[in-house]
Amino acid sequence: MDVARYIKDEKDQIQDVILSSGIHVKAKYGPEDLEAIGFDHAKDVGEPGEYPFTRNIFAEGYRSREWTTRQYTGFGTPRESNERFKLMIAHGQTGLNVAFDLPTQMGYDSDHPMAEGEVGRVGMAVDSLRDFEIAFAGVDLHTVGAGLTINAVASIMLAMYQAVGEKLGFDRTKISATPQNDILKEVIGRGAWIYALDPAVKLIGDTIEYAITAMPKTNPVSICGYHIRESGATPAQEMAYAFGIANAYIDEVVRRGYHPEQFVGRFSFNLNIFGNLWEQVAKFRAGRKVWAWNLREKYGVQNPRNLWLRGLFAGGGSGLTKAEPENNIMRGAYYALAAALSGAQTTALCSFDEAFTIPTPRSALLSLRTCQLLMEEVGMRDTVDPLAGSYFIETLTKEMEGKIREEMEDIERRGGMLQCVKDGYVQRKVSRQAFEFESALQRGELIKVGVNKYVTEAEHEVELHEYNEAWAEEKIRDLQELRRTRDSKASAASLKALEQGAREGKNVMPFLVDCCRAYATVGEMSDVFRGVFGEFKEPSIF
Amino acid sequence: MVQAAQPPSRPATRGVPVSKRIKVLVAKPGLDGHDRGAKVVAHALREAGMEVIYTGLHQSIEAIVAAAVQEDVDLIGLSIMTGGHLPICRKLMTILREKGAGDKLVFVGGVIPSRDFDALRALGVKGIFPGGTPLQETIEFIRANVA
Repeated sequence: MDVARYIKDEKDQIQDVILSSGIHVKAKYGPEDLEAIGFDHAKDVGEPGEYPFTRNIFAEGYRSREWTTRQYTGFGTPRESNERFKLMIAHGQTGLNVAFDLPTQMGYDSDHPMAEGEVGRVGMAVDSLRDFEIAFAGVDLHTVGAGLTINAVASIMLAMYQAVGEKLGFDRTKISATPQNDILKEVIGRGAWIYALDPAVKLIGDTIEYAITAMPKTNPVSICGYHIRESGATPAQEMAYAFGIANAYIDEVVRRGYHPEQFVGRFSFNLNIFGNLWEQVAKFRAGRKVWAWNLREKYGVQNPRNLWLRGLFAGGGSGLTKAEPENNIMRGAYYALAAALSGAQTTALCSFDEAFTIPTPRSALLSLRTCQLLMEEVGMRDTVDPLAGSYFIETLTKEMEGKIREEMEDIERRGGMLQCVKDGYVQRKVSRQAFEFESALQRGELIKVGVNKYVTEAEHEVELHEYNEAWAEEKIRDLQELRRTRDSKASAASLKALEQGAREGKNVMPFLVDCCRAYATVGEMSDVFRGVFGEFKEPSIF
Repeated sequence: MVQAAQPPSRPATRGVPVSKRIKVLVAKPGLDGHDRGAKVVAHALREAGMEVIYTGLHQSIEAIVAAAVQEDVDLIGLSIMTGGHLPICRKLMTILREKGAGDKLVFVGGVIPSRDFDALRALGVKGIFPGGTPLQETIEFIRANVA
């Protein structure tokens, strides 16, 4: 859900503003509003860096640490991706956010029939450890963290990341991977699911459990409200559903005898920014507070560091338009401003050409520069949580907190997030909202500039990233060469051990690391899971 | 995998008897899982009184054609976001003809650059509705082209 709804009179004067989450905005706010909602500074806001973290998880915000920029990057073969990674790092980018192609995301090798036409198209094609060796060559994995946008086969990629670290001389306890690894949001919104849901959640539990001791700097799961909002959720639902999903993963690990204190500190979130600026800022301020409350009150987490809502707050693709695409550069800048005013630790922007295809080097650089300008020139590092104390923002934050809690309670009443996703409840709700939003936009009740107001007929030509079919041929040649030259006995044995471990319900991570070291392919490992776990069946949502 | 749509809560418009309602298969071919657009269109067509069947995700072209034949739909709408619309449509049209279902009208939506419109029409795709197309335009196209 995007922009707010404006109710106007015949003179074009605004009578009411209704934000996506359903909150009405008044023409002015004053001390009486804070009084009316029972605002308590110490309880509701407190100090930055202290519970409930409404203001920021760090006491001095960006003074102590600038945000990390992580443009979503990767396409073609590992060679092309490696060049682009190094280019972005040379431009000052401080983390990687690796895009994988669809066959890799869906656990198919590049020469599988389902991969036809898709190899290297929307991300990097990865079949085996050999590809990671090429992709990360020359990148200092001790200082540059890597987000891995991979979900159904995230356990495989995390194992491969450890294996590539070993190969390139980096200690697994010092490297920091952030695999997305959030399967429930894939079912709600992004669609890259493979296995039946219960074993898929068990796999996530395996990665979290494994990371506690084996990869302590890794963030094994990045819970994504982002894609849920892209699919039609309101900002309040985005937060509430992300927290509901996080709780489902916590429960999976707690069931194994761990205390959340041992692992929730490594959870990170991937959250969305587009639409009304005030609503976004209030969403993140309220979100930090609700998350800290959730962990402390429901799970008994005490260590303040473990109560932090950490994450990537990224400018969302759904706010961008195909109409007058260069307007998206300005939209991105406002979304980045909202991210900075919200205290994002990590940020990225959808580039202006992403309404068409994946970004060119030029558009990706523009997005990176947009984020850098805010830190270097505009004053976003000056002081922490600059909007705190505003009658409007504090009132809105409190109202947003109420909305987020309402949506969380709705999910809990229905048996928790895993159950709601199995039932199709959340999918039905957000897809209905997406339709209602689209209808309101087309009736002109909601305004998007260049789409249904100030419309021009001219076609706007933009330079677009071109897919090169030769990448697929090269990739398939490399894969076949690998199958010929690897120690096939070792890879077959590692896969057999994986299958046995999976059948016995063991933590599969050590087996996967062995498979990766033996150059077993993503498709081979994924096929083991398909066989043992079975595939997910979508619930009917119409 | 095929999800049958519930009948609409209000009677079909224009006094068309239920048995003659336009029947549409909305399909997501291939591996891409971005189905917001497909679902929005499915909702819109259903609200317009049509019977809508949504295939769900990750469908092979063969499975889409099989569903179209089995459900005896009038039209097939494909939602494609990855840039693979030309090879996908080429394969779909071929298999439709092979299965004797070449009369089914095909339309596509998604991320479809205008430079590919002619090539798609040459393949036999009748309607092209890139993201941002008014929903009403798709509805009117269907009503005008299905007798």
